[in-house]
Amino acid sequence: MKPTIFRTAVLLFAACMPLATHAQNPGTVFIQNATVLTVTHGNIEHGSILIRDGKIAAVGADLKAPEGAAIIDATGQYVMPGIIDCHSHIAVDGSVNEAGPAVSSMANIADVLNPDDINIYRDLAGGVTTANILHGSANPIGGQTIVIKLRWGKPASELPFQGALPGIKFALGENPKHSNFPTPPGLQPRYPATRLGVEEVIRQAFIEAREYKKQWDDYNQRKAAGEQNLIPPRRNVQLDPLVEVMEGKRYVHAHCYRADEILMLIRVANEFGFKVRTFQHVLEGYKIADEIAAAGAGGSTFSDWWAYKMEAFDAIPYNAALMAERGVIVSVNSDDAQEARQLNQEAAKSMKNGGLSANDALKLITLNPAIQLGIDARAGSIDVGKDADLAIYNRDPLSVYAVVQKTLIDGQVYFDRQRDIAERATLAAEKQVLLDKEKKAAEAKKAEENPEKKPETKPDKKKKPPQDGGGAVARGVAGGAL
Amino acid sequence: MKILNFSARALALILAGSLAFPAWTQSVATTYAIKGGKVFTLTGPAIENGTVLIRDGKIAAVGAGIAIPADAQVIDATGLEVYPGMFDPVTQIGLNEVSAVSATVDVSELGDYNPELVAATAVNPASAHIPITRANGITEVIAAPGTSGFDLQSGGLIAGQASAFNLTGWTMDEMQINRSVAMVINWPSIQTRPFDFATFSIKEKPYADVKKEYDKSVNALGDWMDRARHFAQAKEKGSPAFYERDLKLESLVPVVQRKLPVLVIADEARDIRNAVDFCTKQNLRMILGSGAEAWKVKELLKEKKIPVVLAPTNRLPEQEDTPYDKPYTEPSELFAAGIPIAFSSFGTAFSRRLPQYAGTAVAYGLPHEEALKAVMLNAAQIFGLADQLGTLEPGKLANIIVTNGDPLEIQTQVRYLFIKGQPTSTDNQHRELYEQYRKRPQPAR
Repeated sequence: MKPTIFRTAVLLFAACMPLATHAQNPGTVFIQNATVLTVTHGNIEHGSILIRDGKIAAVGADLKAPEGAAIIDATGQYVMPGIIDCHSHIAVDGSVNEAGPAVSSMANIADVLNPDDINIYRDLAGGVTTANILHGSANPIGGQTIVIKLRWGKPASELPFQGALPGIKFALGENPKHSNFPTPPGLQPRYPATRLGVEEVIRQAFIEAREYKKQWDDYNQRKAAGEQNLIPPRRNVQLDPLVEVMEGKRYVHAHCYRADEILMLIRVANEFGFKVRTFQHVLEGYKIADEIAAAGAGGSTFSDWWAYKMEAFDAIPYNAALMAERGVIVSVNSDDAQEARQLNQEAAKSMKNGGLSANDALKLITLNPAIQLGIDARAGSIDVGKDADLAIYNRDPLSVYAVVQKTLIDGQVYFDRQRDIAERATLAAEKQVLLDKEKKAAEAKKAEENPEKKPETKPDKKKKPPQDGGGAVARGVAGGAL
Repeated sequence: MKILNFSARALALILAGSLAFPAWTQSVATTYAIKGGKVFTLTGPAIENGTVLIRDGKIAAVGAGIAIPADAQVIDATGLEVYPGMFDPVTQIGLNEVSAVSATVDVSELGDYNPELVAATAVNPASAHIPITRANGITEVIAAPGTSGFDLQSGGLIAGQASAFNLTGWTMDEMQINRSVAMVINWPSIQTRPFDFATFSIKEKPYADVKKEYDKSVNALGDWMDRARHFAQAKEKGSPAFYERDLKLESLVPVVQRKLPVLVIADEARDIRNAVDFCTKQNLRMILGSGAEAWKVKELLKEKKIPVVLAPTNRLPEQEDTPYDKPYTEPSELFAAGIPIAFSSFGTAFSRRLPQYAGTAVAYGLPHEEALKAVMLNAAQIFGLADQLGTLEPGKLANIIVTNGDPLEIQTQVRYLFIKGQPTSTDNQHRELYEQYRKRPQPAR
């Protein structure tokens, strides 16, 4: 899409950005005089938040800033819990779909986290602090997933949300049955091609996983009983994650659309004794909200996407509100790096469509996704003891006119709008230097290739910079998303 | 919501939700008065406690203290706000029902040069998108062929003619505002790393090759315009014996005669510059569509007086090092540079997001009043329909929305909708499904 030279410059400058943006001491931070939207215990006018070592130490209207605390004056501004995006594909290096086998549980998104993905920063600038990074939806059983914090500038090893259970992506309907994209030339269509087959693939996989689990349980039991010279069962990396699902150590996030397929997965889950943690997209969830609630599953949906494919034709913008009304824990997610930048706006749509209260609308992007991801003891509201993951807006975040001013993770400012604006000129100058350098090198190379205009000294063979463009574009188009 | 002076019929029309399709009584002269609301005419300051009088589908009078005729059905808009309906100028509404189901999509034809195709031909008046879109206050749209972002066909370079229509009616003839408002040109982009759908991967292409392809396309576009000019001359001067009828060239004649503008879809600054250069040399009336990097060529657009129909504000920046908020600030930058702008969804299902796109631009600096114009008036001006649409002025089509607040704010509801002077339902498939499933009894356990 873009000339190499831009890529190079961007990669280089993206990598040095974190130094400029948050070389901050995380010690004690005091946010003062804001409207604090706690989500769990009301809104506090002229409220303050005291942060110590990355955690919320106190919240209230009558706090005093401790001496030496870094003060963030939020007069006239609104502080809400950092937004949690329960369905994201940012920060993934390359494609999000291991689209070969119908059961790709051996693939793990955690292995390909890309901390330099600019969309981490962009989403951070939209108030997002935590994202559930999912595998794509090409397979009935997709790859393993991971919850990250958007710690822009930190290496991949520091992105994961420590303590959050890992997940696995399942997918039902048109995507795993490959309805909407052609089989590449020369290849046989892949099984399954119907919703019937999708169920069969999942059941078969769990039948195998149950057998496999039994082998290991037997082995462990006999070993514990002191038996000698036992041969352990052969490790199966495809079935290990499914065993973890049955043991409750790994969450199932199931991409789905139609009511029938949602009920199908609830039946299969019951058969094998596990719970679906979240139904993702779940655009017909409103039709069977009672069943989803009874199954103890969450629903993570879009605000108002519809009609992009047949299984999205009965989607309604009242889905979130109606599921919530029937007792489902509901979140509104992005599935898209852009949509994540405006999740506050998307949440507000459930006030208009279905009449949620402002606080319940906020829950759709804070506390509820935290519950769905099992991290609500750590995130999702402004409560003492929780991580200081916060988004500060210039006005009520449920307004279309609200603009994120700062985003904090673990009490550190990872995004600051004023600083971003102030740094633009410097970065542009830096880019120009790199462009000039690249241009010079290209000219030198040309001269080298042209013997008539040979320069006196041979320039160094310029090492080719890494190219990551392919992934970004493939992701945009193939997505796995939707 | 108070309703005074309401005839039983009008009450039924507006409240009962029985307007799955409006009582479309084009032939029956009907008079309505929307009174008591704050009226935003977009021609001057808002009128507190104003009245909008509608007769025979048109606005008859606007102001404070207007006498309400005895035969008028009165809509009490006390506490509400009255605006011109919103106008989404680049959509595929009526041409695209379910994006992924090709049988329901008539957006992109095969072949590179299809100037004779007209969107109006295939707009489906029964599309579910129509009532869903208008429920959010969009009263008229333009369907533009070859502009879909979702389906994989490109639609060619000359994609066909865009058609403007009202979002209600039994047939396209009833809905149509103007069958041909612009010729859509998808400007060829110099892509060295295009995505190849056959292999689902990026295909690197040498710049020289891509440039050659690009030059070929642009030369071909120029040839079409030249031939259209010759065709027009032959037609004008010679007898029918001197030329053979050619639908494509016939369709391009209004383009080269500057009677029909070209809506050129381009995003990258280089492409926009090339397109402007082409249209200048060819003496065409250019409207820029999408224009993600229009902010880089502000001076040129200003100098050539080229208006911009903006791609959704809620999009990612073009390049990785583009400021994160550039798509949000671009509208205000273009406005400040004196370039006429209109917001657009460039879509079907997201047409109802139109006010959200404008609202986001306000958050990032566009004056609120200009944002209102950019969803209500400017598109009408850009596409030559401002004599009929865009403001609340006597003589204009009565496409009017009555809201419970700022129409750009997410939570605002459209309370009443008038299209062509008829009360039009805000009911739609989504609300029906909601009501239906809301009533579902708890399943037995």
